[in-house]
Amino acid sequence: MRALRSSVVTAIAVAASLTAVAGCAEKNDSKGGGKGAIEVTASDTACELSTKEFPAGHVRLAVENKGSKVTEVYVYAPGDRIVTERENIGPGTSVEITAEIKPGAYEIACKPGMKGDGIRQKVTATGKGATAERDPKLDAAVAAYRKYVQRQADETLPRAEKFARAVKAGDVEAAKQAYAVSRVGWERTEPVAESFGDIDPKVDVREDGLSDGQKWTGWHKLEKALWESEKISDEDAALADRLIADLKDWQKRVGTAEITPTSMANGAKELLDEVATGKVTGEEERYSHTDLLDFQANVEGAKKAYELLRPVASKNDPELAKELDKQFAAIEKRLDKHRDSDSADGFVSYDTVGKGARKELSDGVNALAEPLSKLAAAVVTTK
Amino acid sequence: MTRDDDGTSVESTAVGDEPATGDANGRAPSRRSLLGWGGAGLALGAVAAGGTAVALRPGSDGRPAVPDDTLGAAVPFHGTHQAGIATAVQDRLHFAAFDVTTDDRAELIALLKAWTKAAARMTAGAAVGEGAVGGLAEAPPDDTGEALGLPPSRLTLTFGVGPTLFEKDGTDRFGLKGRRPEALIDLPRFPGDNLDRKRSGGDLCVQACADDPQVAVHAIRNLARIGFGRIAIRWSQLGFGKTSSTTPEAQTPRNMMGFKDGTRNISGTDTAALDKHVWVGGRDGPDWMAGGSYLVARRIRMHIETWDRTSLKEQEDIFGRDKGEGAPVGEKRERDEPNLKAMLPTAHVRLAHPDTNGGARILRRGYSFTDGTDGLGRLDAGLFFLAYQRDVRNGFIPIQQSLARDDVLNEYIQHVGSGIFAVPPGVRDKNDWWGRELFGRSA
Repeated sequence: MRALRSSVVTAIAVAASLTAVAGCAEKNDSKGGGKGAIEVTASDTACELSTKEFPAGHVRLAVENKGSKVTEVYVYAPGDRIVTERENIGPGTSVEITAEIKPGAYEIACKPGMKGDGIRQKVTATGKGATAERDPKLDAAVAAYRKYVQRQADETLPRAEKFARAVKAGDVEAAKQAYAVSRVGWERTEPVAESFGDIDPKVDVREDGLSDGQKWTGWHKLEKALWESEKISDEDAALADRLIADLKDWQKRVGTAEITPTSMANGAKELLDEVATGKVTGEEERYSHTDLLDFQANVEGAKKAYELLRPVASKNDPELAKELDKQFAAIEKRLDKHRDSDSADGFVSYDTVGKGARKELSDGVNALAEPLSKLAAAVVTTK
Repeated sequence: MTRDDDGTSVESTAVGDEPATGDANGRAPSRRSLLGWGGAGLALGAVAAGGTAVALRPGSDGRPAVPDDTLGAAVPFHGTHQAGIATAVQDRLHFAAFDVTTDDRAELIALLKAWTKAAARMTAGAAVGEGAVGGLAEAPPDDTGEALGLPPSRLTLTFGVGPTLFEKDGTDRFGLKGRRPEALIDLPRFPGDNLDRKRSGGDLCVQACADDPQVAVHAIRNLARIGFGRIAIRWSQLGFGKTSSTTPEAQTPRNMMGFKDGTRNISGTDTAALDKHVWVGGRDGPDWMAGGSYLVARRIRMHIETWDRTSLKEQEDIFGRDKGEGAPVGEKRERDEPNLKAMLPTAHVRLAHPDTNGGARILRRGYSFTDGTDGLGRLDAGLFFLAYQRDVRNGFIPIQQSLARDDVLNEYIQHVGSGIFAVPPGVRDKNDWWGRELFGRSA
């Protein structure tokens, strides 16, 4: 059943090691850019480059916006990982962007109106250790997943802001209603957010997860205030602002996350692990008992990653794809049993879910997560 | 409990109907060979096949003199009967009952085939699938790895099917309703039962016995993992310190009450008694069970603290044997013929004796268990009772009815979990699988 390692594995390993470090974007007042820079001429309809091949290393982009709209310029590594970017380049202005770029294939995009995928040009950074070719289908999957992840962050902000406003207004009822829903985008993409290391402990830590000297901040601190003491202190109000600031940080950085087909596949499995260890037990939302919405969001995020990888996985391991299709459907059906249209988050309170039903959910998670743990192998192998 | 089903003592004969090779499929590297010991494990497996009784012949000090080099040997997986019934009782147990979660007969069959394959490998000391190491770096290994480097440890995996596989809540789930053996009855409720549903029943069971607990736990864990999505563990029980011996020449083990248990258990080498009382005969009903057996599993909690405050005399009167030697009341030696009339009418041994129960005998291979404390500061301990018999209706049931009604030991014990399973005959060869005869030709 298990197929041979293909060169794709090596390609991914190389790609993963080629972490291009995003450099700082510097404003350059001297029009036309400095000597040796790649000139990027942006307009409302074009993105012209002075060269499409340049030596890897410290690379400068001299950007001039000749269009009528505000634009932004991105340098993307395969899978649309942002190597560097510069927003808010006004009409008629010039800026210089610098970055450390390792050898390999990249894309430079201008985004007139700061929207969409942009006008893209393929470029190559030359030098030793160039990236091996990766299956374009996998690159496409990574790019689409990154887009999904960004959209989750973008959509989370207004929901979280609504929650924060209610907290600051001292409206316990409204805050309770907004709480679980504000977490959905986060829960769908948590492994990516966790890859930064610093954001997760600020926004999603539980009281028992605090390390010595760590101040408790984020959703669960507010959850405790709302459901346990049912009172909002001044400190809680300040924490609501802090939550929004941290989530904005996440929104801004999520596009730079290192995402590979393997990390997508294993991230999907990790989402189910989250369910298995935290949600099924009711530990995650111990005050609000909104675990089932988190549960659903974790499953949705895992399913998204799987669906994007499915074309490759089903070719390499059709049996596995069949099993995963089946088990995703099965877990959704199990979750549907606990829906409640009258509740704010769409599910019954988890403290009303009996032991038998919890075991059913737990069995369902095992049934899905076990084959899901084999997805990474299926996207890096070929028959 | 210490169901001392006395019977005639019979000469030992070697277990002759097991094939001499334990290696199941394709000579996968054994855990032993991973250690660089080459084929030693396989060779020892063949020695053990010649007769497990040989390995456990008592030494001059009365303790089993087990040659070191046979301790970890492999028990042959293939044979007329499943291993783990007449096999000399190993030291450790992990018993698991499973619910089948799929409704698809073909999926269930595929699972049983995959299980059989994995079981054959594990009992031979080999890792599951492609092993625990050396596979793809990006994927979890096929084998969980905690038995890596350990010898086969006489692991046996014994498979059974419960009544609910044939019919559950009035539904014939897998088209097997008509194939349910009459003898696979739903156990009646016995007086004093306090059964926990969550520790009872199950569509399938696997009894893992081994001399190393890690090997037994590894086996159940890997079978569960292979089965996720098709089965779910319903309950499981760990056991230690075998409380019954199928090797009467070895020293009789003691249960958690401190009494010797299994003095007159059916010997694993007594083919006549096994044929009479344990193996299902060709005419007993359904063909697919011929050569199989019926298993009753009971989790029997002991009220340890009150037992420990009971006087020695009372303890001995309750059992009908003395605590030190294990001799029946009025006799000198453990193996002296018991005089039932000399015992209290409510003594455990008297009530469990075949003479009291129309000659009923069962083969027991129970284990002690201790699952920590129960939250009230009491030791959650007792006996995990496992008994094999040709027909439960004239094996466990009459004996337990007699015990449940009158046994004075009941003051100190309570049955808290229960299961009954039909244990099919042995897996014949590498093309055969657990339950093949049950599913018939269409499989």
